[in-house]
Amino acid sequence: MAINWFKYSAPSTFYGLAGKLIPFFAWPAAILFAIGLYIGFFVAPTDAVQSEAYRIIFIHVPASILSMFIYLIMAGYAALGLIFNTRLSSMMAQALAPTGALFAFISLWTGALWGKPMWGAWWVWDARLTSELILLFLYLGFIALQASIEDPRRADKAAALLAIVGSVNVPIIYFSVKWWNTLHQGATIKMSGTSMHVAMQQAMFMVLVACWLYAIAVALARVRSIILERERNTQWVSELPEVKYEDGGAK
Amino acid sequence: MNWGDFFAMNGYAFYVWGSYGVTVLVFAVEALMARNRRNNILRELRLMRMDMEDNGNGEQA
Amino acid sequence: MNKLSLAGLLGLVVRRDLLLAMRRRADVLTTLIFFVMVVSLFPLGVGPEQDMLRKMASGVVWVAALLASMLSLPRMFSADYADGTLEQMMLAPQSLTVLVLGKIVAHWMLSGLPLVLIAPVLGLQFDMSTQALGMLVLALLLGTPILSMIGVIGAALTLGLRGGGVLVSLLVLPLCIPVLIFGAGAVEAVNSGMSAVSNLALLGAFMIFALVFTPFVAAQALRISME
Repeated sequence: MAINWFKYSAPSTFYGLAGKLIPFFAWPAAILFAIGLYIGFFVAPTDAVQSEAYRIIFIHVPASILSMFIYLIMAGYAALGLIFNTRLSSMMAQALAPTGALFAFISLWTGALWGKPMWGAWWVWDARLTSELILLFLYLGFIALQASIEDPRRADKAAALLAIVGSVNVPIIYFSVKWWNTLHQGATIKMSGTSMHVAMQQAMFMVLVACWLYAIAVALARVRSIILERERNTQWVSELPEVKYEDGGAK
Repeated sequence: MNWGDFFAMNGYAFYVWGSYGVTVLVFAVEALMARNRRNNILRELRLMRMDMEDNGNGEQA
Repeated sequence: MNKLSLAGLLGLVVRRDLLLAMRRRADVLTTLIFFVMVVSLFPLGVGPEQDMLRKMASGVVWVAALLASMLSLPRMFSADYADGTLEQMMLAPQSLTVLVLGKIVAHWMLSGLPLVLIAPVLGLQFDMSTQALGMLVLALLLGTPILSMIGVIGAALTLGLRGGGVLVSLLVLPLCIPVLIFGAGAVEAVNSGMSAVSNLALLGAFMIFALVFTPFVAAQALRISME
């Protein structure tokens, strides 16, 4: 029995599917997050050099990885939407942008809070932190452009083009910032220099997966709202249980 | 394992709990905003539906 | 009318835009005056010590060049968009990419070239050595076209949006950061006695890379905005 995957590329069917999927991502995310933090705080030993402050790494590194990958996935969805004219892909890109921006913010925030005890300054022009800041600007540019155009179709396509141009520039920006940083300031303390105890790696990996599941759950929830907003005049939306009855249908 | 030492984080309490506190706060706020956005659009759709019903009946009668 | 060759089209668009700009000379001067003012403000803010100024000269001039080129981006298409000539241009059986390239060249000649010409004078304010001044002009000569090329994409995307001026800077400035780093780095290298060939080579590479892609991408952006 060949499953017709394309059935789910229509907003109406995807709306139902996303609704069912959210709990399957949200709950595992919370559980994994809790376990990951437990291992990170109780099982992982105190680091010789950085004593307790290093535990920030368990959220800082996953957030940085997430912010980078969500941008590339967002650009991928945007490109799909631009090339195949599929509205759902553009909606998915629009849904991912705020989550990616928030992960970039978390990465910067935790990086600053970790930098203070380690390097003695809230903000260090380290190559990674600087590229993360520029990535946050790219996110804000995408969100601002999408928000400032009324017509959703043009907003999707314009933001998609910007995301593609942005994703081409991300590596260029990273290497130029890396080159610029080593020129001016010499190598700062390498984060990955300390050999990672196995418990540390486990904790970080769990928090990473938890963040992934969380990002998917939030993006699915947001894309459902976007679908409703954009398809408000359609028949299938007015027939939805949650629209018909005050308390009927899914949460 | 007394909780005092644990929360003190060997003097780095502010930095560690500052990071994790903000992270959990951001996750919570984002989830709440998503829920809020959903409720707003659903309320709007219900209003639209009621308007349609009123006009619908009006015209048919 | 005989069939217009691509080069002919390019020349036509550039001549037309320069002619239009010369009629409203004030616009050209505002970019230049803004650049001079921004650069001159820094010594007032930072203090007159020569060695401090010499150290930060290239960074200040380059950041001012970035901001000045952002200033004139919205005007690139707004006049043609308002009176409908942009629509006619897009309907014309000519290649939109070359037409956009013409717009880029015109924008660079109006906002990039003046900066390059006046940069040495401003460099004297910062007591830069002659080699540093020479390198600054060369780096700006390579860098400002890239700013125009990346800027044209932003201008095309934000066509006809209110608040477009600020938005175009938010979209385009992050993408211009590599140009700023290697441009300012070139003059920095000369100041500290190293050879700046690597910076200039990278700037040249960025320019060719941008020259190949940005007209096409900007043409797509125009088609999206004008739908």
